[in-house]
Amino acid sequence: MTILVQFAIGLLFGLGLIVSGMSNPAKVLNFLDLGAIPAGTWDPSLAFVMAGAVAATFVGFRHVLKLAHPFFADRFYVPTRSDIDPKIIVGPAIFGIGWGLAGFCPGPALTALGFGSTSAVIFVVAMCAGMVLPRFVAQLPSSTRIATSIDPLET
Amino acid sequence: MVATSFTPIASLLGGALIGLSAVLLMWATGRIAGISGIAARLFPPYEDGVFAGRLAFVAGLVAAPVLVRLATGSLPAQSIAAGTPLLIVAGLLTGFGSVWGYGCTSGHGVCGLSRLSVRSLVATIIFMTTGVATVFLMRHWS
Repeated sequence: MTILVQFAIGLLFGLGLIVSGMSNPAKVLNFLDLGAIPAGTWDPSLAFVMAGAVAATFVGFRHVLKLAHPFFADRFYVPTRSDIDPKIIVGPAIFGIGWGLAGFCPGPALTALGFGSTSAVIFVVAMCAGMVLPRFVAQLPSSTRIATSIDPLET
Repeated sequence: MVATSFTPIASLLGGALIGLSAVLLMWATGRIAGISGIAARLFPPYEDGVFAGRLAFVAGLVAAPVLVRLATGSLPAQSIAAGTPLLIVAGLLTGFGSVWGYGCTSGHGVCGLSRLSVRSLVATIIFMTTGVATVFLMRHWS
């Protein structure tokens, strides 16, 4: 039952990516292309995706997080860190470069698999390799580590 | 580059669906709808025993275009300009950076900003900046 619900929620997320235009890398890159403003070919749509998503989530989270516990779990797993460690600066900087090179971030890339796109398959395989890589970096001696946390994937 | 048209209504509506999905996931499982975190945790080591749910969520993401095609007979345009070498480099950087930086556009940009997280605000500003800079260098640097 929980698994079916999670499938349906993933489906909804994917539909949101398709309806919003985020599943099209050209649209993402045309948003990031501020240099296109003078030529009039800048596409500001992605700002509207973010606005719609943040507004809905902001309102929804306020209600949901007042509940005693999630419907299928015994507690909420909400990140609590507020410190600015080097990884929270370096990681997103690297992520942004990858995002700008192809126009794919993880959600749209996975959804693109369902479009039957070979390019998406290539990107997703490389992305998964990149995702696993930090685990090996974390195996290095502590003197060479940038930072450590209990859960390296915690937002 | 492939020109795209400004779609404020569809983008706002689609964004709201993404937000609704994030809220529903929090309601159902108590977890952040950060796609990089969900995808990265599909690989070992498995620590929290909720693998199947994450796989189901990702399967839903992949199934969305299939459903749209079944329902409407077509899919919206999807234009991928990058060739194979660029896709590989971009994929590696995107995957590594999102995990190293604790999240991506969904985890930081949607869920984090909605929770007024300072870390997510910092992350979002940084990846937007390097994303913009990268596209600028690719398209306007000659």
